[in-house]
Amino acid sequence: MEIIVLIKRVVATDTRVKIGADGTSIDTAGVQYIMAPYDEIAVEKAIQLKTEAGEGKVTVLTVGPNEATKELRTALAMGADEAVHLTVDGTLDAAATAGAIHAGLEGRSFDLILCGKQATDVDDAAVGPRLAALLDLPSVAFASALTIEDGKAVVSRENEGVTEVYEVDLPAVLTAQKGLAEPRYPSLKGIMKAKKKPLATDAATAPENGSTVEALNLPPARADVVTIEPTPEGMQQLLAALRNDKKVL
Amino acid sequence: MSDVLIYAEVGRDDGGLFLKKATAEIATAARTVADATGGRVVALVPADVEQAAEKLGRYGVDAVHAVSADGFMPYQLEAHALAVTQLAGEISPALVLFAATVVGKELGAYVSGRLGAPIAADVVSLEWADGAVRVSKPMYAGKAFATVRLGERPVVSLRPNALAPVESPRDAVLEPLAVTAPAARVRLRERQAAAEKTIELTEADTIVSGGRGLGDPEKWDIVLDLAHALGAAHGASRAVVDAGWRPHSEQVGQTGKTVSPKLYVACGISGAIQHLAGMSSSKVIVAINKDPEAPIFKVADYGIVGDVHEVLPMLTEATKAFLA
Repeated sequence: MEIIVLIKRVVATDTRVKIGADGTSIDTAGVQYIMAPYDEIAVEKAIQLKTEAGEGKVTVLTVGPNEATKELRTALAMGADEAVHLTVDGTLDAAATAGAIHAGLEGRSFDLILCGKQATDVDDAAVGPRLAALLDLPSVAFASALTIEDGKAVVSRENEGVTEVYEVDLPAVLTAQKGLAEPRYPSLKGIMKAKKKPLATDAATAPENGSTVEALNLPPARADVVTIEPTPEGMQQLLAALRNDKKVL
Repeated sequence: MSDVLIYAEVGRDDGGLFLKKATAEIATAARTVADATGGRVVALVPADVEQAAEKLGRYGVDAVHAVSADGFMPYQLEAHALAVTQLAGEISPALVLFAATVVGKELGAYVSGRLGAPIAADVVSLEWADGAVRVSKPMYAGKAFATVRLGERPVVSLRPNALAPVESPRDAVLEPLAVTAPAARVRLRERQAAAEKTIELTEADTIVSGGRGLGDPEKWDIVLDLAHALGAAHGASRAVVDAGWRPHSEQVGQTGKTVSPKLYVACGISGAIQHLAGMSSSKVIVAINKDPEAPIFKVADYGIVGDVHEVLPMLTEATKAFLA
């Protein structure tokens, strides 16, 4: 079972976003970076699948700045076998990222590509399915369960209150939703071993970004809170306000 | 004179096939763009849906191309991508628009790869300006909004509920689309409907969410009672999902669902930044929390400082009487 997991270095989800001086990106001063949470789930699932199969290899791949080595090492410490770092200056949009990954996969064989359903920065949820189209492979996004049965992937996903179960020919590209796996914390032994695992670095071959960010703004400030008393009269007052002032009831 | 192509997502319930609610919203957005480009709004309907042309024509669609071949229902990613790209090849649209649902996000991204087109997903508004599509889209789960100018002939998905449908009635032309489904490499084995019919969080007009303040998973009924009284979807905070009280599918926040209902009622949720990111674009927010310093009150329109175990039953009773 040869699995490639795509990961992305993103700002931590507890970051209080401030707009940078350029007005089109965030102020990164003092910001902490992490592996995107859904990518972490994908790494964990890949390690579990390899362990269940009893053979194979998990390769983690990222397109990112030099600093993204840290997130690759984290994935290696969790139990991935090898890492590929396609370095890039600046930020790529989803289209360019999928293109860079497509180019970077040239000549590599695999049974399965896994990645998070979305990185927690641009939130396009587009890289996985777009890459599948570029590779001409089948794909299921938002997988919340996955097993391998008779050389096929059996994938579940939640879609508007219904759980859909799909049988997918391999190789395929699947994206991870919460519930697919519970990411482990790297052990001390894992961290030590990760330092000796292979990590190949190469400049990414990325197409031009298909889009231009013209401005980045904080959401509009919300109005001051109106205090409602926790009494039956207060509830009446609240419901009347929701209907008459806000027109949402 | 460029057309706009929309993908009309088809659902199935006991009454048969139907067009998803968000289809009227993307038709409305597409109409605005087509009026600016001087083109038509063309809809792809991947199945034989009764009165599809009448229903779509109401919201400004000029032409409906319906697929009736085998292998397109239930939804098939590659077959639907083929139908969209084939039609796009025929009409060279200035924009291909999807609703940002599970299917719309997956299919939109896949189609963008097939077309080699720029992609922007889950946008909250879009316009045609200076010969290009410009969108506003949430980033970092809504902690910031980017204004993005897209390259030529982009693929975009529009967040459900971000825009109210506007009628622009016309007689839409119905034409069959001749397309053959490729061999299915993804096959639907089964669909397991939830035991109880639930309202999808991302499309709900009203959401009632509960958090740690409930204190105990056994107390969750008081959240559900209010949700039922309001006809609302119900959600949960990350703390509650991580504790195993509620399923992942109900989580609202940066690592869960980003929602923008008309009314969001936060019950016993303190308002961690990840949660606020996922719900602070709701039109009206009501917060109930016993801690007057809880961050949730910073984004709330109406705040009730009190114990959820006392306030919620009171609000539920008042709601039932009010809506009766």
